[in-house]
Amino acid sequence: MTAALRFDPIRLPEKCEQLRKEVRAFLAEEIAAGTFDPNKPNREDTDAPEFSRRVGAKGWLGMTWPKKYGGQERSFLERYVVTEEMRVANAPTRRFFVADRQSGPVLLKYAPEHIKMEILPRICRGEICFAIGMSEPNSGSDLFAAKTRATKTEGGYLINGTKIWTSSAHIADYMIAIFRTSPPTKENRRHGLTQFLVKMKQPGIKVNPIGQITGQYEFNEVVFTDHFIPDDHVLGEVDGAWKQATSELAYERSGPERFLETYYVLTELVRAVGPNPDTRSAEGIGRLVAQLHTMRRMSVSVAGMLQAGKEPVVEASIVKDIGTVWEQQLPHRVRDLAAFVEETATNRETLERQLDFAIKTAPKLTIQGGTTEVLRGIIARGLGLR
Amino acid sequence: MAESDNIVVETAEKIFADLADPQTINNDKNNSWQAPLWQALSEAGLPLSWVPDDLGGSGASLADGFALLNAAGRFAVAVPLAETMLAGWLLAQAKITSPEGEMTVVPASPKDRITLDADGAISGRARGVPFAKAAKHFAVLAHGKDGAVVALVDATKARIESGLNVGYDHSDTVTLDKVQPITIKPAPKGFEQTNLMLMGGVARSLQIAGALESMLDISVRYSNERVAFEKKISKFQAVQHNLARLAGESAAALAAATSAADAIANAKSFNDEVYLEAASAKIRCAEAAEKGGAIAHQVHGAIGFTLEHILHRYSLRALAWRDDFGSESHWAVELGKLVATRGADELWPLVASR
Repeated sequence: MTAALRFDPIRLPEKCEQLRKEVRAFLAEEIAAGTFDPNKPNREDTDAPEFSRRVGAKGWLGMTWPKKYGGQERSFLERYVVTEEMRVANAPTRRFFVADRQSGPVLLKYAPEHIKMEILPRICRGEICFAIGMSEPNSGSDLFAAKTRATKTEGGYLINGTKIWTSSAHIADYMIAIFRTSPPTKENRRHGLTQFLVKMKQPGIKVNPIGQITGQYEFNEVVFTDHFIPDDHVLGEVDGAWKQATSELAYERSGPERFLETYYVLTELVRAVGPNPDTRSAEGIGRLVAQLHTMRRMSVSVAGMLQAGKEPVVEASIVKDIGTVWEQQLPHRVRDLAAFVEETATNRETLERQLDFAIKTAPKLTIQGGTTEVLRGIIARGLGLR
Repeated sequence: MAESDNIVVETAEKIFADLADPQTINNDKNNSWQAPLWQALSEAGLPLSWVPDDLGGSGASLADGFALLNAAGRFAVAVPLAETMLAGWLLAQAKITSPEGEMTVVPASPKDRITLDADGAISGRARGVPFAKAAKHFAVLAHGKDGAVVALVDATKARIESGLNVGYDHSDTVTLDKVQPITIKPAPKGFEQTNLMLMGGVARSLQIAGALESMLDISVRYSNERVAFEKKISKFQAVQHNLARLAGESAAALAAATSAADAIANAKSFNDEVYLEAASAKIRCAEAAEKGGAIAHQVHGAIGFTLEHILHRYSLRALAWRDDFGSESHWAVELGKLVATRGADELWPLVASR
């Protein structure tokens, strides 16, 4: 048989369940204290720096990292539990989410020791926010067409060019970005890009907010004009970012955020139909729950692979492909089913408000962090078709 | 695909490879492959995998038996292996010794119900019973005034109206009219027809997942051989994306089915968590059978639509298996009701229960 696509059933260990209780209790306290409203899914609007610090104080940021950098040396499965509970509660994770999931692991792997010692503990304390500088006005999915230049100068590099669609750049303290240090070669068009750690809020960086169709302003254009980056902020091999980009993807693409983005409308639908649903509602809810459950089991399985030290890039791409298509369709399926909900349902207004937001959010879900088309290309490569 | 790491599956895969090669079977118009295959499986003790040694079986674990069913799905095996395993499992629940030979379970649909009379005879009609025509015995779950009972019934005592499912396998109507069973014993406390349906549903889910693994495999292979417009069709992006989706459906089916199997194998009772796992597996695998099978056919074009080609052995069986032990529509309604009864705030704790 050709493709070895296994998603072994992982049972979350006992300590995960203890942790889950702690996270739920913590979130309940935060909700009670008015930090956020779990019925308002537009957490993207909320920058909650104090909440971020309290999550850090719990030891829930950089959980899997070495203790000497402020981490807890806990498992990916434990991190998984924290992530999914935060997501389901609609907690305001914007400030720490990218750093914890993605930027921290890149620094751990490629940053010089003194930078790791300086920055990683601050991520763990929930003090700093990261952005990812990949897309440019003329290069999105085609990452290796990036043109923003990093020109060698005394003691570092000068950056000129523009990154775009950069989430959280307006509040970020740092960005991990790829810039062009050499032209591509004939043999390898992916050659010539280098990964850098960029300190934001510095001269030569201008962040311009971009309005999104949801009404939010959470992504940005970031313009670099002779912005200086010191040599020790190069991450990994000069001209060799293409070798580093792929291992990140398994972290980025398989998490619970890849199918739970619009989950709240399902909860609210269940509330609206009440304990005695008609056949149509029951069938609709049953199918959605079965699909959700399946994706979660796949996603947990990938977390188990990461824990085992594997790089399940194809499996992660499958989770993101199926998961994002599902969370994109979810508000529309819920809308179908909600059409016959009693006018008197007590949460009708909440459901309608949530659907309004989820329907506007839906189109981005299959674009951000690797489009469906890119993912299917990766899966096809894994099947031996490319 | 699934490299077997247990002896039960290894044994089965060797027998399937030797005696159930899909192309050989497909060319055989007289079904002369069936008897040797069944004999080899029986000699290896596989049909009674789930029956303990002291009840006449080979005493394999639930987990090993589930893995065996997944392998059987990869070969689209058309003998009553799953059915005999389930029948043996049902009989063992009531400590009834399994006989030799082919068996199946009655009923095989949540809609049908067999009743036990005061004089110990059982009656009722069960539709869509897989391989009833081939079975020598039935394991019957019946309901009397004191609760559920398990009965071993001689198949010749039943009236059987022969039928075929969409995969061309026997799916028959079994009518029991005051039949005296060979053996009859009470089902264990708390054992309900739903348990049997969930168990059967997970068995079918694993078979569907196995069939999808094979459909993916032969579709990928074919796309790398077939040339159109002067290149292999695997080089067309539209074909690649279709195959990527098939891989996703296959992976989802396998994940759902193996997760449910793992849940049942490690469960102390059929609680809500097991219900979620088993019902979800049947729902999701049935959906994957439709979506994935359609892509496998699309990739193969006209040749895949012929009786000569082996694809239909997998695609049609996967579709047929959706109907047994409760369709996806049935389980979706039941799961939806369960979720609604528990209430909105108990949905996530259920989903995140393991």
